[in-house]
Amino acid sequence: MVSRDRRPSPAAVAAAVPDPELPMVTLADLGILRSVQSRGDEVTVTITPTYSGCPAMREMSRDLEHSLHRAGYLQVRIRTELSPPWSSDWITADGRRKLAEAGIAPPNPVPTRATGGPIPLSLEPRGPVVECPRCRSPRTLQLSAFSGTACKALYRCQDCAEPFEYVKEI
Amino acid sequence: MSTPSTPSTIEPNTGAGGEDDEFGAYHSLAEVADDHRWAFGTGFTDALEGVDTTVPEGIDAEALAAYCLMLGDDALIYSHRLQQWMTRAPELEEETALANIALDLLGQARMLLARAGRADGSGDDEDRFAFFRDEQHFRNVRLVERLDLDFAELVGRLLIFASWRLALFDRLRGSADPVLAAIAGKGVKELTYHRDYAARWVVRLGDGTDLSHSRMQAGVQACWPLVDELFATHPVEDRLAGVAVEVRHLRAEVDDVLDEVFAAATLDRPSTAGLAAVAGLTGRDGLHTEAMGYLLAELQSVARAHPDATW
Repeated sequence: MVSRDRRPSPAAVAAAVPDPELPMVTLADLGILRSVQSRGDEVTVTITPTYSGCPAMREMSRDLEHSLHRAGYLQVRIRTELSPPWSSDWITADGRRKLAEAGIAPPNPVPTRATGGPIPLSLEPRGPVVECPRCRSPRTLQLSAFSGTACKALYRCQDCAEPFEYVKEI
Repeated sequence: MSTPSTPSTIEPNTGAGGEDDEFGAYHSLAEVADDHRWAFGTGFTDALEGVDTTVPEGIDAEALAAYCLMLGDDALIYSHRLQQWMTRAPELEEETALANIALDLLGQARMLLARAGRADGSGDDEDRFAFFRDEQHFRNVRLVERLDLDFAELVGRLLIFASWRLALFDRLRGSADPVLAAIAGKGVKELTYHRDYAARWVVRLGDGTDLSHSRMQAGVQACWPLVDELFATHPVEDRLAGVAVEVRHLRAEVDDVLDEVFAAATLDRPSTAGLAAVAGLTGRDGLHTEAMGYLLAELQSVARAHPDATW
């Protein structure tokens, strides 16, 4: 039983698993990891997809299982939770810092929707200014509302001229 | 009671990309045998794995399955049409945008088709529904099967489709089926981006040059005969009070959005009559346009030539 006691907690193991597409942040940093529960020898990990078509869900499950197995937890169950839907507001302060350090602008807060009425159309890019993660200039331009992955948009800084990605607020 | 075998290493994983980092990009490329890291192939897990898919008491399960196919087929078929724009879009940024929109819709389709298979008790998976059904069993609206003549028509159709589906999903969040409600809750966020993307392009082209204006006008005109069908309640929806959205109530909201975009784009709202039903049947009944056969041939031919193949 001694070897068991030396195991790091399942929550700590799961929280250290990086995102397959943004390896500079963990699944916990992104708010994808919703909960880790253990009962006896069984560990149940709950994750939520960022977007409906996120192709990395299986990778995440496998990475979580693999890490927990390596840490000595052999009975691992991965649950998917669709509701409440993932929000970029769930990215932790640590996660935001790591994204910015890697040159990816972290998301602005999700605008609160007025209750009742229809979802408003925006004919111009939404929300507050997106700051350049390299030179901090607020003079940036959206090149596309979509980028290399569903969760990001493509921008260019008009001061340092570098293109960069921005994690969309959803 | 035996203790679990002690793992050889229990180092905390920092994800820092060091030599021993199992998650490093180099390692995953080099580790050929460990092919679970590749996001393609036939090894996809069920889109609803780990989700409670019990059908709540009092819901007509057969009608629920048919309804999931309707909404799932809309997304599947339209996603395929958008995918056909890959390598054909006017700019790389637009191709990326269209690929992401297609991916979101494919994700919605996968969950909805998986929901249909659980609800009807058949246990059929998403692949069986997507690749091994014949045309008359697809329940998508006819708007999504059209082949776009040009980029203007593409963004016009995307505007109509996304505006309608967003209004529908916004209400579907309150569905008595918790799985449908959850799928809609995610979809609303995605469709909001799709609609904005399409609307901005319709305005740019409509309020652009004489040529872009006339082609944008022609684009929405070409889609218009297929709009009425979006708001026609199907008998399956009538069997699902509290579960399905009453599409006839969406028209005013969708019209408001389209009018706002058309005004900004200096476009005239088309007044073409709706494409008629054939013997009372439309897309929701499995009655499709000529374009659908060609689309399905492309979508299904590989899976049918090599059924049960894995790679």
